[in-house]
Parts: sequence; C-alpha cells; structure tokens
Amino acid sequence: MTLLFDRETGWLVGGVIAMLVLASLAGWLLARRPGDEGYRKTIANLNARTKAWWMMVAIFFLAMLSGGIGSVVLFGLTSFLALREFLTMAPTRPGDHRTLFWAFFIITPVQYWLVATDWYGLFAIFIPVYAFLFVPLRSVLCGDTENFLQRTATIQWALMICVYCVSHAPALLTLDIPGYEGQNGKLLFYFVLVVQASDVLQYIWGKTCGKHKIVPLVSPNKTWEGFVGGVLSATLLGTALWWATPFTPWQAAGMSLVITLLGFAGGLVMSAIKRDRGVKDYGSLIEGHGGVMDRMDSLCFSAPVFFHLVRYFFTV
Amino acid sequence: MSARVAFLIRLLTGANARWLGAEPVARQRIYFANHTSTLDAAVLWAALPSHIRAKTRPVAAKDYWSSGRLRPWLADHVFRALLIERRKVTAENNPLRAMLAVLEAGESLIIFPEGGRFSGPEPQPFKGGLYHLAKDRPKTELVPIYLENLNRILPKGEIVFVPLLGSITVGKPLRLEPGETKADFLARAREAVWCLRLT
Repeated sequence: MTLLFDRETGWLVGGVIAMLVLASLAGWLLARRPGDEGYRKTIANLNARTKAWWMMVAIFFLAMLSGGIGSVVLFGLTSFLALREFLTMAPTRPGDHRTLFWAFFIITPVQYWLVATDWYGLFAIFIPVYAFLFVPLRSVLCGDTENFLQRTATIQWALMICVYCVSHAPALLTLDIPGYEGQNGKLLFYFVLVVQASDVLQYIWGKTCGKHKIVPLVSPNKTWEGFVGGVLSATLLGTALWWATPFTPWQAAGMSLVITLLGFAGGLVMSAIKRDRGVKDYGSLIEGHGGVMDRMDSLCFSAPVFFHLVRYFFTV
Repeated sequence: MSARVAFLIRLLTGANARWLGAEPVARQRIYFANHTSTLDAAVLWAALPSHIRAKTRPVAAKDYWSSGRLRPWLADHVFRALLIERRKVTAENNPLRAMLAVLEAGESLIIFPEGGRFSGPEPQPFKGGLYHLAKDRPKTELVPIYLENLNRILPKGEIVFVPLLGSITVGKPLRLEPGETKADFLARAREAVWCLRLT
C-alpha cells in the first residue's frame, strides 16, 4: 500500500482548502448581519461546523501523508469512537460486558489489521460470519437470557455499521486498478469528498429553500428540496472531479449518484435510531456536528457499495 | 501528576460534567451522587475543573482503598481521598468528624450517601450522614449529581473495562429547610439526584 502524491492530489487538496476558506469567509460575513435569536444560533452552528471541518480535513491530510497505513489507523480510530457512541446509547446488560470488551479491543483492531494486510477473503466475512457467531456465544456464557435476541442484534448491528461498513473506506487503498497503480489515495479522497459534500450541500439547500419534509417523524431537517438539490449538486461535483479517479465522466456521475443516494439513506436510518433512543446527537466530540457517528452516518452506507462497485468493475 | 491522571480518566470514560443546576465555581460545597461503580469517585473528581478539584476531596471506604499498593497510593497522592471506616465505627474514627474537619479547613467533599455500591438503576435510600453535615454546616451548598453509565464501563466485580461514554449531570444545590425532618430531607436529596436522569 504505497500512495503517490501527484499533481492531481495537489488539486484536490487545494480545492478543498479553497472551499473551506470560502466557507469561513461566508460564515464571517453572515455573522456580521443582524438577525433574530434563531438566525444567530444557526450561524453560530454553521461557523462551529466550518471550524470542525478545518480540523477534520487537517487530520485526514496528515493521515494520508503517511502513505496508506495512517489512513487505515485513522479510520480504525473513527470506528472505535463511533462504536463507543453507538453502544453507549444501546441497551445492553451486565451479561454483555465481556462481549463488549471483545468488540472494542479484539474485533475492531482485527478488522483493520485485515485491511492493512490486504487479506480480502477474511476481511469480507470476518464480522458478518465470525463476529456474528461469536457475539451471542460470549454473551450466553454469562447466563442472562433477558432480551437476549435484542441485545445480540444490537451489538451485531453496532459492529456492522460502525466497524465493518466504515472499514470499506480505507479498503479502497488495497484495490489493484490497472493504470491507476499507487493512486488509490485519490480514490479514497474522492469518495470521502463526495459523501461529505453531499451532506453539506443537502444542509445548504435544505436551509436555504427547504420546505417539504420527507419523513418529518424521523428527521425534521430533511426536505425534498435539500435532498434533490444536494444529491444533484454533489453528483455534479463528483462528475467534475472524474480526472482524479479511474472513471470516465459518465462513470464518475453514476458513482457519485450512488454514493450520494446511499449517503442520504445512511443519514435517515441513523436518525431513526437516534429517535428511537431519544437522543438528538450520538455524542459531542465534534463541535457543531455532534458525535463521530453523526458525521459518519452517510459514509457507513455508501462505503461498502462504492467499494464493491469499484472492485467489480475496475479491478482485475 | 493529578492533572494528568484526571485527563486520562476523562479520556477513558468520556465523562465531562454538564453543569445544569450549578456553576463550576470554587465555592465550598458537598457534592453528593449515586454510586454504582468503583470508578464513581475518581470520575467525578476528574470531571471537576482543576481549580475546584484542588480543593475537593472524595470520601471513600477505608477497607477498599487501603488494600494493595496501587489503591492507597492513588487515594493518598492523586485523589487526596478522605478514607473513612465503614465497619467498626468508634468515637475516634467517626466518619462524620473527619468530614466536618475537612469542611472546617475550607475544602469541599464528594460523598456517596447510599453508603455502598449498588447495581440497580435506582439509588438506594440515603444514609443519615448527609443530613448531619447539612445541619452542622448550613452555609455549605449541597450539590446533587447523577452519574450514568459508569457501572457499564466497569461493573462491580469486573476487571476489564469497556470504553463507553459516562455522563455526569450536576443539579441545583439544595439546603436543609428550617424544621425539615431527617427522613424528609434525605428523601428530597435522593429525589434531587434521581430526577437528574431525565435532563
């Protein structure tokens, strides 16, 4: 897993920094305009979000500079933190204590070790087969059968979403794409950029012209205007960046559309879980955004599908 | 050293205090909380801002914290715990006297009025110590605190810890009302802790 830093990587990095400068400037101007309580709150949150983006982008760049392994470690830590947030609000019982220990300290590291060592065969089945069988076994040994199926399913789902799905993003670095050798860093960059841009653009479209709610009972912030505007503009962005990928412009458009639609699906499902548990955010680690899981929800759903599409159509 | 241990505890348990009912100011206080995990005293102590932490001592059980080598060192050098006798209480080692002496010296206390760790969700009835402290020190603020999830991070009798996020909610200070009976006051104090779970 070695990554090259070519001129195209420079363009991507420069472009993201330029966008952040623009966003910071816009936030500064908006904050100077007079407005009521609600307006000021929205702008304060917007600026907190932009500030957190600078931080996240810096961390992501630094991880990429390590030449691959840093990105695997970064996504591994992200999974760990997401799992922590997810299981904190999930109802488990004392009988699951040792199972949870395994989930955090054995299963999660092993999954990322499989990414780092490019052991695809085991990477693809380790959690859905072996971890899924192990979880109820370890819990049943404690002899507590109350809500057993629910507890088991909760821990399995937590591992699936927070660890298995997220690990498909750094796994993009392990794909052998003919004519694209050593350039997979750009593919990971491209993927994360399109997913997150889709979130940001849906937020912007929703805030500026959102009216008709899609599923008001699940997420009052998701509107048809935000969804359509966000998906279309993020797809456009993904298409315009085709030169950084192994795709043709049309392929890049199709890939971006899939990424953004699944990103929306992820955000919706993870919102439903929050509603069910009666919380607004998964955590408070990222100022303005909420928890790690609040930022990763769209990536969880799109990473495995994007990975499979690239692997099936673009590798030998 | 203390600052580093406090940082490490906050990192591992994710526990930051939410000061809903009281401001984090260095006023003399008795912080009282529900007790479900060995971690409680350490986590609550670590969550206090450093200038308050420097003047606050957790009250802990002597039998537990004086066994082995690590625990007494932690209790003495890091937490500055006030170790009290739980089993053979005599006039000399009366916990109440030790606590009052600390308050007399101008410091604050962290206490767990249930008198032990319990794994059920709801706090046990409070023991009388809190009432006697409130009566002897009417000017000291009594601050209720609700600790959540710490028993999932390290349940009673477990040796491995799971890095879930704990939560610490600080409620509104209360005082002993004139003419309030011991039973009424203790029930009210317990309710003040228990209702913080809903915030």
